[in-house]
Amino acid sequence: MSAKPETAAAEPVIQVRGLVNRFGAQTVHEHLDLDVYRGEILGVVGGSGTGKSVLLRTIVGLRRPSAGQVRVFGEDLLDLPPERRSRIERRFGVLFQGGALFSSQTVAENAATPLIEHAGLDRALAEKLARLKLALAGLPNDSAAKLPAELSGGMVKRAALARALALDPDILFLDEPTAGLDPIGAAAFDQLILTLRDALGLTVFLVTHDLDTLYTICDRVAVLSQKKVLVTDTLDVVAATDDAWVQEYFHGPRGRAAQSAADARPRS
Amino acid sequence: MSPNAGSATLDTVSTPPRLRVTGDWTLAHLAELYRTLSPMFGKLDARTAVDFGGLGELDTAGAGLLSELVGTQRLRELAREAADLSAARRALIETVCEAVTVWRQPMPRPSRQPAVLEVLSRIGGAVENVWGQQRYLLGFIGLTLETLARNLFHPRRWRLTPLTAHIEQTGMDAIPIVALLTFMVGAVVAFLGATVLRDFGATVYTVNLVGFSFLREFGVLLTAILMAGRTASAFTAQIGAMKANEEIDAIRALGLDPMELLVLPRVLALLVSLPMLTFIAMIAGIVGGGLVCAAILDIPPVMFLGILKSDVGVQHFLLGLAKAPVFAFLIAVIGCIEGLKVSGSAQSVGEHTTSSVVQSIFMVILVDAVAALFYMEMGW
Repeated sequence: MSAKPETAAAEPVIQVRGLVNRFGAQTVHEHLDLDVYRGEILGVVGGSGTGKSVLLRTIVGLRRPSAGQVRVFGEDLLDLPPERRSRIERRFGVLFQGGALFSSQTVAENAATPLIEHAGLDRALAEKLARLKLALAGLPNDSAAKLPAELSGGMVKRAALARALALDPDILFLDEPTAGLDPIGAAAFDQLILTLRDALGLTVFLVTHDLDTLYTICDRVAVLSQKKVLVTDTLDVVAATDDAWVQEYFHGPRGRAAQSAADARPRS
Repeated sequence: MSPNAGSATLDTVSTPPRLRVTGDWTLAHLAELYRTLSPMFGKLDARTAVDFGGLGELDTAGAGLLSELVGTQRLRELAREAADLSAARRALIETVCEAVTVWRQPMPRPSRQPAVLEVLSRIGGAVENVWGQQRYLLGFIGLTLETLARNLFHPRRWRLTPLTAHIEQTGMDAIPIVALLTFMVGAVVAFLGATVLRDFGATVYTVNLVGFSFLREFGVLLTAILMAGRTASAFTAQIGAMKANEEIDAIRALGLDPMELLVLPRVLALLVSLPMLTFIAMIAGIVGGGLVCAAILDIPPVMFLGILKSDVGVQHFLLGLAKAPVFAFLIAVIGCIEGLKVSGSAQSVGEHTTSSVVQSIFMVILVDAVAALFYMEMGW
């Protein structure tokens, strides 16, 4: 299976300690700990409603946790003055579950917005670069001038990925990126993430239900269950964990199929 | 310029010419790179060799620029041959080159018309749009009435819960603002009457002024305009957000009728609440006027009511109130129709909400003007 990146043990870029998230009386996370290391692709799995997206939103700083601490690049985002916080947020690329494209802008403008706002490029150069990102994300050329409402679900995902990649971020947060993509598109997506990680040293925080993605690109897998991270390790170790949900997940019919497919194919 | 900023120097002495690439080719330095390298674009031929030895960081933006500089095809070949590039970098360049060939394909550009033709075609489009909108409104009114007729005799299909909820939202919740606003306008009209009529020594007719204006016109007109701003916009935003979220399609796919589920309860609710609010508005306006009369014209409330009773007949109250259901129907229908016209985006919700308020106020004032003419001709 996949090897850990060499620097893995050394440097956690995301540190979550004792995280508690509550919505009214409902507790989603209870003293949750998680480390994400530089240069790794961490897959986060869990049943529906185990708070995968909430965890992502908390790490990105969109949600103030009820208790506990989240450190990104060694700093607590919510304690920073706005200026420094913005500088760190520029190093994030976030792909939201529904795409969250700005509906009043064309697809190319969506991807160009962070370039114009943060990288200080002029509009023409930003749009050119934005179209490169769109092509990287696998969008055809004629989609650049379209509005998000005119795109199909899979294309919205790709356009959102292009926007997330616009600033060549250090950490990429992906919320179910391959859901709604056809298998060919999903495989190409996996390959793109892998290429970018290898070339740019990206750290990827990946919330997914796609077993193929887990088997193909994830270095480590974190299982969210019972309001905590049940286990975080390489896929083999996680799959061998003695937990009913984990066993059902990885050794159910779909898990077995994905595993045998991954075993049959040599990893790049 | 930071110490590691990327740069490239062209060695033209050697053959083939060698391009030496140094420093970080990343997004942070991209604008700088484009500026310094712009004279080099298009100058490099297919034989140019590239020396990657001094290359620092490289990201997708930098790789895109490289491909633009030396040509996609050439960069691919170079990357494959280059010994001083890591496998990961080679893969990055390969991926970017792949992408670049896609976006290099020419984009279909919409053809532009001469300015005069464009102005004319816009005017034509706008006229056609207004015409189409009126036709659509008429059709929608018909559809609403038809749905109403179909459901009227099937009490099982009456949607009482949403109906009462909408009556609460559009009627009960609007009472304070309607009462306050008409109270103040009533006071203003009385002040106006007092000022103008004083010159004729006829300040006592302020009572008639307040009574006539509020019973016949202001009570219903002010309420309708308030409702157009408050309720038509709310209807459009509610239905529009549902439309954008494909909820309307889901209702249809479940074999249900959005007209029956969404439009009818709203129309009926406003038909109940607008006349009710009009009544409250009339009273609040007259109270406001009466207060001013008592305070500065020395007309005590008892006398005020006496004049109101003897001079202003009950028919004016009925004439004013008769307009309320018509306005209510128009406002609710326009609010709903604009909501159903929303397409997908948040911007579209905003546009149609604006349009629904403007249209419903316009229609209210238009119908009010026609009604005033009609009442006058009839001698009411």
